[in-house]
Amino acid sequence: MAKKKSFYHFLGCIIPHRYPSVEKAAKLVFNDLGIDLLDMDGATCCPAPGVFGSFDRVTWATIAARNLTIAEAGGHPIVTGCNGCFASLWDANYELKHDHELRDKVNENLAEIGREFKGTIEVWHYVDALYQLAGLEKIRDQVTRPFTGVRMALHPGCHWMRPKIIKQKDDSERPHIFRELCETSGAEYVPYKDELICCGAGGAVRTADVKIALEFTKQKFDSLIAAGGADMIITPCPFCELQLDAGQVEIQKYFEQEYKFDILHVVELLALAFGHEPDEFGLATHLQYMQRKSEPAWENLGIKVGEH
Amino acid sequence: MDLRPKINDTSCRCVILTSIDEKPAIEIDVPDDSFVQMIKKTGGPNIQNCFQCGTCSGSCPAGARTNYLVRGIIRKALLGLKQQCISAKELWYCTTCYTCTDRCPQDVKPTDVIKAIRNIAVAEGYMLEPHQKTAQKVLEAGHAVPLDKDSWQDLREKVGVERIPPNASRYAEAIEEIRKIAKKTGFDKLVEDKEEK
Repeated sequence: MAKKKSFYHFLGCIIPHRYPSVEKAAKLVFNDLGIDLLDMDGATCCPAPGVFGSFDRVTWATIAARNLTIAEAGGHPIVTGCNGCFASLWDANYELKHDHELRDKVNENLAEIGREFKGTIEVWHYVDALYQLAGLEKIRDQVTRPFTGVRMALHPGCHWMRPKIIKQKDDSERPHIFRELCETSGAEYVPYKDELICCGAGGAVRTADVKIALEFTKQKFDSLIAAGGADMIITPCPFCELQLDAGQVEIQKYFEQEYKFDILHVVELLALAFGHEPDEFGLATHLQYMQRKSEPAWENLGIKVGEH
Repeated sequence: MDLRPKINDTSCRCVILTSIDEKPAIEIDVPDDSFVQMIKKTGGPNIQNCFQCGTCSGSCPAGARTNYLVRGIIRKALLGLKQQCISAKELWYCTTCYTCTDRCPQDVKPTDVIKAIRNIAVAEGYMLEPHQKTAQKVLEAGHAVPLDKDSWQDLREKVGVERIPPNASRYAEAIEEIRKIAKKTGFDKLVEDKEEK
């Protein structure tokens, strides 16, 4: 029998510090699928690819490499549920394995703290681990609460599949992996024109000019409404989730337009589909609900919540 | 050859695209490729493949709503107009979605070019204050988005995970390592608060 697969669970910043429901949902889902998530003690910011990658490539690669060395020491691959963290860790791992000049510089910096990048591990995204390792069949077997009749729009985001020539994962113009994974929940996929455009948060744009970032988000929402709307939007990234979720409250402030979409990370969707109750991972703690003093549209999501 | 003096010092007025002064002709038979060499070194190796088809800008969600024009920036870079490239505020509207990169018929990797130009801009002092603050947070807390309030810990407890996660929020020595790296690379000096001139 194959050995049980273990990953170092790279949390990053936004999942543990703003959307901890994603952290808990990931633990539930991976546990149900028999995949171990190990604590990655002392991991830092990935670091934020927008700001750090734009400021100084060598510092960006060194801090990312420091995180990679923690996993190398333990001998397990990394898994992350954030497109941003994936963009730093996967890309840095790839660049350091292919660019010897960069690797030499980075290792010179890492020597300062007694570490060395060796290039012995791989970086995975939750989506990869779920799709490739667990497999759709096994995931479908776990579904005890199918989202039958619930209309689901997708926001795959950018960095887990782009740049496609480097990531070699999915066709970024016609991606199917994320959709197939989400469809295991039994929800009905709703296509819309701007499904594949960026949420607007990345590349340090949200930090520089939140209003411009929100215009991207608004374009997506309007495009989805033009396609007939949906009961929920699913994303594989907490930064996209923040932008789409808390972004609705900000859009109301900046543009005086009200949108009410429930935004779920793919592991939150699967946790519910696997029969976990929303309270088990705190779905209602999303910032949108906290700030609006509202709660998910349980009925549209097809979830009976006894206490509420 | 440095073309900077020839462009009439438009850099400080980069938002003004036209002026009453006619710009001197740029001599492309003696191109200044020092800027291109810098960009190639920081990660935009294919920049010289560009034949200006405009697929990048046509695909760009940032360009659809701001005056950020990837195609224009790449052409400017190839003409050696470094100062215009690095001082333009629009440079910071790229969300690095890589749509242009995935569609470029010449494999230019415009996103990497933009990031490379940003690296040069920052090294020469062009950085936005909110970005500087974000970078400082990583050196202070080990995280760009830190666990900086009790309410965030309460949120964690509410969802059923430990109040402080096993990342740099728990381990001060991790933050210390980040500071040592930043000191070694000069990143700490790069992002520190500068005296007002």
